[in-house]
Amino acid sequence: MTEITDTAVVRQQIHDYIVANFLFDTGDVKDDTSLIGQGVLDSTGVLEMVLFLEERLSLSVSDEEVLPEHFDSVDALVAFVTAKMGTDGSSGLVTHET
Amino acid sequence: MTEVSASERVDVSFHPSILTIDVEAETNRIVEHLRDSVIRRLSRQGAVVGVSGGIDSSVALALSVRAFGPDRVVALILQEKESSPENPVLARELCRGWGTTPVAEDITAALEGFGCYCRRDEAIREVIPEYDSTYRSKITLPANLLDSDALGLFSVTVISPEGDEQTKRLPLHPYLRIVAATNFKQRTRMAMLYNHAESRNYAVIGTANKNERDQGFFVKYGDGGADVDAIAHLYKTQVYQLATYLGVPDSIQRRTPTTDTYSAPTTEEEFFFRLPFETMDLLWYAEEHQVPIESAAEAMQLTTQQVARAYREFAHRRRSTDYLRSHVLALSARDSGSR
Repeated sequence: MTEITDTAVVRQQIHDYIVANFLFDTGDVKDDTSLIGQGVLDSTGVLEMVLFLEERLSLSVSDEEVLPEHFDSVDALVAFVTAKMGTDGSSGLVTHET
Repeated sequence: MTEVSASERVDVSFHPSILTIDVEAETNRIVEHLRDSVIRRLSRQGAVVGVSGGIDSSVALALSVRAFGPDRVVALILQEKESSPENPVLARELCRGWGTTPVAEDITAALEGFGCYCRRDEAIREVIPEYDSTYRSKITLPANLLDSDALGLFSVTVISPEGDEQTKRLPLHPYLRIVAATNFKQRTRMAMLYNHAESRNYAVIGTANKNERDQGFFVKYGDGGADVDAIAHLYKTQVYQLATYLGVPDSIQRRTPTTDTYSAPTTEEEFFFRLPFETMDLLWYAEEHQVPIESAAEAMQLTTQQVARAYREFAHRRRSTDYLRSHVLALSARDSGSR
């Protein structure tokens, strides 16, 4: 088993979570779509994203880090998560190599 | 001719006194609206107003008394075990001044029946295990709306019987459960208001102001449930102007507006609005009327960054709370699949 902290894997996980959880698989989001501006993330949605990052990606997110520049698009979330993974250590992104 | 850039253009129509109203004319307009709505459109014979001892319900009561006379207005005082004991004292003082007879109802047993308190307490204990019913609690947002880009996350604060205070950020599920549990309070008040209204063939007068309605600071089918709104078109600072004109006692006008929802005192500013009303009303007006950020900043002596933060937050609140203002969604008959 190899731990992979790859940006593409992070991107896919975040994208899939947003599409499944907020769009109920009825639509898609581009990587640069404003999630807050387009109403994909409302205040409860932001809390759900925080929960996702903490529970599924094993990151610790402080109040001060919950900023539009970190949460407003898939691109922003990916940049935030990969930067956090660099400082927090490994995330929960685990895949199996065959 | 010199061309003026957008950033240099000053919106001459926006200034700090823009929300000043002609209180006499506004009072007459609202009184006529109440009479027309209740008597002519709804065919009711009087009004029920829930009075909390706060500024909004006091103004709504004063306007209702002007519209229908003191004998056709019921001032309903709805207390429960966590309400401030000051509320009924101030509400009764208000009723004495306007000649209405207050009716008091204690809704504690109804709330206990719904499990309001125990559902809320269980959710709080998920976050702070030592919390029990001897503690007081409240949930709040960070106050620094103008000075931080952070998207406000709710925290729960508990205060032990010894006065020790503890605050923790609320994760998603406990937050949702606390809000759902405490919303029983507003919905139970609404049910009691309608009991008194229907038993007299009266209408229920809403006490929400414009800030609350437009920004979503109300409970759907709770304090948002009424037949006629008296002041939902007025900014909070305009409600204060009317209060002075109508003679609402100073003791009520000086009170800090609270939510009357949590066992620990919680101001509306710390629970929801995150700005003093004087600042928020002007910024809200400016955002609604698309006043350029530079003009609003100049008129209010704020930075453009602060105004931009407020505009962004207001737009976000409006979008996030559309659900609260939406009516029941239904298909129309012509959309049916019949051939």
